[in-house]
Amino acid sequence: MTRPSGSVPIPSRCTILVQPMSTQLTIPATTPGRFGPYGGRYVPETLMVPLFELERVYELAKADPAFQARLQDLLKNFAGRPTPLQFAARLTAKLGGPRIYLKREDLLHTGAHKINNAIGQGLLAVKMGKPRIIAETGAGQHGVASATVAAHLGLQCTVYMGTEDMARQALNVARMRMLGAEVIGVESGSRTLKDAINEAMRDWVTNVRTSHYLLGSVLGAHPYPTMVRDFQAVIGREARAQILEAEKRLPTHLYACVGGGSNSIGLFYEFLKDADVKLVGIEAGGRGNGLGEHAARLAAHQGFTGARPGVLQGTYTYVLQNEDGQIAATHSISAGLDYPAVGPEHAWLADQHRAEYAAVSDQAALEAAQLLSRTEGIIPALESAHAIAGLIERLPQFKPSDLVILNLSGRGDKDMDTYTRLLGKLT
Amino acid sequence: MTVPLTTRIAKHFAELRATGELGIVAYITAGDPTLHATCDYALALAEAGADVIELGVPFSDPLADGPTIQRASERALKSGTTLAGVLALVRQIRQSSQVPLVLFSYFNPILQMGLERFAAAAAEAGADGVLVTDLTPEESAEYRRILQAHHLDTIFLAAPTSTDERLVKIAACSSGFLYVISRTGVTGAKDALPDDLPALLRRARSFTQLPIAVGFGISLPGHVSVLGGLADAAVVGSALVSEIEKAASPEAAATALRARVRALKEAARRGLSRREATP
Repeated sequence: MTRPSGSVPIPSRCTILVQPMSTQLTIPATTPGRFGPYGGRYVPETLMVPLFELERVYELAKADPAFQARLQDLLKNFAGRPTPLQFAARLTAKLGGPRIYLKREDLLHTGAHKINNAIGQGLLAVKMGKPRIIAETGAGQHGVASATVAAHLGLQCTVYMGTEDMARQALNVARMRMLGAEVIGVESGSRTLKDAINEAMRDWVTNVRTSHYLLGSVLGAHPYPTMVRDFQAVIGREARAQILEAEKRLPTHLYACVGGGSNSIGLFYEFLKDADVKLVGIEAGGRGNGLGEHAARLAAHQGFTGARPGVLQGTYTYVLQNEDGQIAATHSISAGLDYPAVGPEHAWLADQHRAEYAAVSDQAALEAAQLLSRTEGIIPALESAHAIAGLIERLPQFKPSDLVILNLSGRGDKDMDTYTRLLGKLT
Repeated sequence: MTVPLTTRIAKHFAELRATGELGIVAYITAGDPTLHATCDYALALAEAGADVIELGVPFSDPLADGPTIQRASERALKSGTTLAGVLALVRQIRQSSQVPLVLFSYFNPILQMGLERFAAAAAEAGADGVLVTDLTPEESAEYRRILQAHHLDTIFLAAPTSTDERLVKIAACSSGFLYVISRTGVTGAKDALPDDLPALLRRARSFTQLPIAVGFGISLPGHVSVLGGLADAAVVGSALVSEIEKAASPEAAATALRARVRALKEAARRGLSRREATP
């Protein structure tokens, strides 16, 4: 796999003039909150002290047995951990490739991995004495998880959601409201996840003394990318132990979809030291390679245009943008993957070739969702369906002895409108 | 950090201090609705007595801005405004006016142009200083080194949430002036100034000799008249951008901007005479 780095311009098929990479920041990899040159803390001054406070409280909580006991209790008895690692016998037989295991995060309370992080940060909000949480949501899964945790812990909750996403994930909007959260539609920009984050940050900067921003992915300013990863790393810890018990060996490949990148880094993190385990992140290829048609930030090698290192919403990472540094519109059938930047740790894993990234189309994801439904009896979220489609597209590269863990990050109830509307077009 | 007294910003604030008069820093978004109109507006603001003009570089994701400046950014981007275009605008204004000019931007457009290329072009065009909304002292070492090499003032924001320790650090990284945000929140006009603003300004003052400009939520002559003695200047932004937004023509907008700045300057002078009357 080839990746843009240093002086190599990203191959471009459209008229966008790609700047030389001389804009890359020169920052030592050892700075806290940095993954190589990526990450950092690019926020208005008003948020700096709250970010330091969050970092401090989080570091204390990591070493606080009472906090950890409460976290473990909620993960087990409220969320339903550990989740199963299920051998996908009929999918494996149908594809005729590697042995495939599914990490069943879709079975968690609220229906996706997002609850792992929401519980952790909800407890931190309580510890900081903040009575209110603010969250953004794309597919609605993080919004539902935040609203759920807020209700469980007795916190107020406001969720920002692009109106485009509210329309396509109506079930989740209804769930958040049932749980007592205030859902505020965001009309600015592309009316999707990016715009919801802008609006959530505006709320946070205004109400910073009383509110905690419960960011839902490995995005934003330090400590969020590290902290959210740590809360999600339980996925990989469980999966590693489970596969060793079931197969007496490590997997050869891990597959996960990558929007901001929290379910994927959650699965990958425990395996980073296992050099023989290939980590594969699947992005949203949308409906074409041109800027505005996709949300593929790390798949320039497939001809997807417009990604360069830049700063968006607090962090330095690969960002889809035009030559003037204006953030590009994105497209994906999946609201949870429809975002122009990617978690900074993924940017670093990509540059280091420790993980590889590829994108699949809307259509491939839809077909994969139907396949999983009919072979395994599991309707996946559209996000997770991208990971399945990515595996299917790479079948020729597998050996029969290969062993895959695929993170089934969420269930598909929320996507039934989309499936119903588009399944008729499937063969 | 030593402030080179030769910059237009430092010189102008020194003159203001000599008279004891509160300065007016006028913000407008460059390219709203066109760069040509912004040039006219900037000259109108300067003629009416604006002491410093801040030109906002439009950005697609202005997360520190309220609705008024968000809409201005959208209009500017719609008319094709780029950072390179804003620098051309600076050059154009500079041909007719010596008013101190500050570029007010988010980090990404500057980063994509390249810090060195940006700083060289901005200095060459005649800009005097740069303020980056989402850049704090911690992440700014390379940026400051490069801008200082081109004799551009680096203005940083101080906020109500900034600790004493941070105020010291922010002031040390700033030149030209220190921009104190009046309240937690995004940009936008408000009816009243926060009650804790005088305490914040006195706290900032205790850590720096730099001129202090206070902004966010300042729109009315009444706001300006109470700031005398607490700050060196007041920043007025969204109120001016609103005039541009609602004006029926560019000429009407320029007239409204002139009237706004004259009223604010008048209030600043009244505030001055009141201070002199009641020592």
